Amino acid sequence: MTLYILCFILFCVGLYGVLRKRNLVKIIIGLGIIEYSMNLFFVLLGYRLQGRAPIDAQHQDILNMVDPLPQAVVLTSIVIGLGITALVISIAIRIYEKYGTFDITKIRRLKG
Amino acid sequence: MANIVPFFTIIPLFTAFAISLLGRIFKNAFIHTLSIVSQFILLVLSLLSSVLLHRFVDGKILVYKIGGWIPPFGICMVLDGLSSFMLVTVNLLAFFVAIYSLNYMNKYTDKPKFFTLFFLMLTGMNGVIVTGDLFNLYVFLEIASIAGYALVAFGTEAEELEASFKYAVMGSVASAFIFIGIAFLYGFVSTLNMADMARILGTKTNQWVLPFVSALFFMGFGLKAALVPFHAWLPDAHPSAPASISAMLSGVLIKALGIYALARILFNIFGILPVYSKILMFLGALSMLVAVVLALSQWDLKRLLAYHSISQIGYIALGIGLGTPLGILGGLYHLFNHSIFKSLLFLNSGAIDYAINSRDLKDMSGLRERMPITYHTNLIASMSIAGIPPFNGFFSKLIIIIACIQSGYITYAIAAVVGSLLTLASFMKVQKFAFLGELKEKYRDAKEVPLAMQLSMVVLSIICITGGLLLLPSLRYFLDNAVNVLLDGSNYANRVLETALK
Repeated sequence: MTLYILCFILFCVGLYGVLRKRNLVKIIIGLGIIEYSMNLFFVLLGYRLQGRAPIDAQHQDILNMVDPLPQAVVLTSIVIGLGITALVISIAIRIYEKYGTFDITKIRRLKG
Repeated sequence: MANIVPFFTIIPLFTAFAISLLGRIFKNAFIHTLSIVSQFILLVLSLLSSVLLHRFVDGKILVYKIGGWIPPFGICMVLDGLSSFMLVTVNLLAFFVAIYSLNYMNKYTDKPKFFTLFFLMLTGMNGVIVTGDLFNLYVFLEIASIAGYALVAFGTEAEELEASFKYAVMGSVASAFIFIGIAFLYGFVSTLNMADMARILGTKTNQWVLPFVSALFFMGFGLKAALVPFHAWLPDAHPSAPASISAMLSGVLIKALGIYALARILFNIFGILPVYSKILMFLGALSMLVAVVLALSQWDLKRLLAYHSISQIGYIALGIGLGTPLGILGGLYHLFNHSIFKSLLFLNSGAIDYAINSRDLKDMSGLRERMPITYHTNLIASMSIAGIPPFNGFFSKLIIIIACIQSGYITYAIAAVVGSLLTLASFMKVQKFAFLGELKEKYRDAKEVPLAMQLSMVVLSIICITGGLLLLPSLRYFLDNAVNVLLDGSNYANRVLETALK
């Protein structure tokens, strides 16, 4: 249970970064933290105490197997997170070229 | 027969990579031919699948098992009435947008990159529509979203980058909510297959996790669909994209990623409960009114259209949320109609932008003389969106309003009528300022847009006029099959699993 609470705190830290920080780079770091926390949460769902990797070796009885599906899913999700981070960072760099600042309170040419 | 299902994602994916690899080497003619041909094949395939599904398939459902694995273990792709309805909508629109882009994208520099991203977005949308696996849906949703973020920033001007950053951050947070929702659901039912999920949820008596998960999904998919409390990104993002992409984003992306995915999950997996449909209807009615009021005061043409997208999405959510056969019919029919006339309006705004390089309504005047085709198609689209009788928007709005009254929601019916009147007012403003009045001296030599752009605008306006024919008994099956899937509720599970085991 402690692990889940820590995971939730991590999520809140990320959300705080996205919502409250003014620097574009810090917002992107916040997004990264949200992604870590959600991946961690999904892996935790498949974990069991004293579990071992679900690798089927010959002449071995596997008793406590962790659920392999969340691990496969999280692997995909990490790649997606990488794609988003790369795209957002490149947009932030172009924004810096145009506006000369990373401060979102100064980047507001769009109304509303 | 089921083998045609994966081609809806294979063809655009292949085209995207072929263009990105070969686009540098060959001339533009090659890119044009390749994109139009593959888009045409997609269109024919989706129309064909719709007809075949109705005529020749028992139970009107096709299941393709990827790698031959039986559903709970492997990923499956499902083509039923609702999927084929959405596929026809998406691919019909994408075909005309692709034709339009051939000329329009001359304004921008890098055509190969544009078409690569365009087809990646299409892959994502088609994938979301045909997939039968919840995590796979998330993956395709992210493919479409990431391509969308990149396309919004395509012009790389200051405003476009700003809008794209805003969209990307909010979209990623929404995706995170969806992912956490999927994680909770997986923890509860231990499967990711949508049909199997629905089956297991049906056997559980204590569904304590559902309210929490559905709140997460409402936030996540609601943001993708731009329902009102979550709409802040849309009026920035949609006007900033190139006009052809605005048409795709407003026309089909918010519906495939938002409304379709939400409806599929709420109706077919959770089995619609009155609470969810009340929330959906409330959000719909709220979006309908708030966005149309905000739209009235806009002077940027594309921004005005973007606010109307939110408002029209409200009608769709209201119709689907009603949950009665007539309500769902109205919602889905409006979804189809809105994708046609809203994208036509965005293409018109792109044509004006192409000809006079301005999007400000105060700045343009009297363009009727110089751009007759744009004027007439815009008139048709404006009347459709405002719900003037012979055009398609009228029928779908009428059905939604009748369905509201039939189920006793008089307030929502009145809200729908008021929203429609305000829509009419704001489109009269567009007509008055953009097309009627004196022609300004500096636009004396404005020219009508090139042939490919004209062609796609004219054909879309013809669909606007003839859209009402879809209600004829011989063509009704197109809508009815989609409605039946949603009405079927959790019975979706049995149909998919039975078909897959055959």
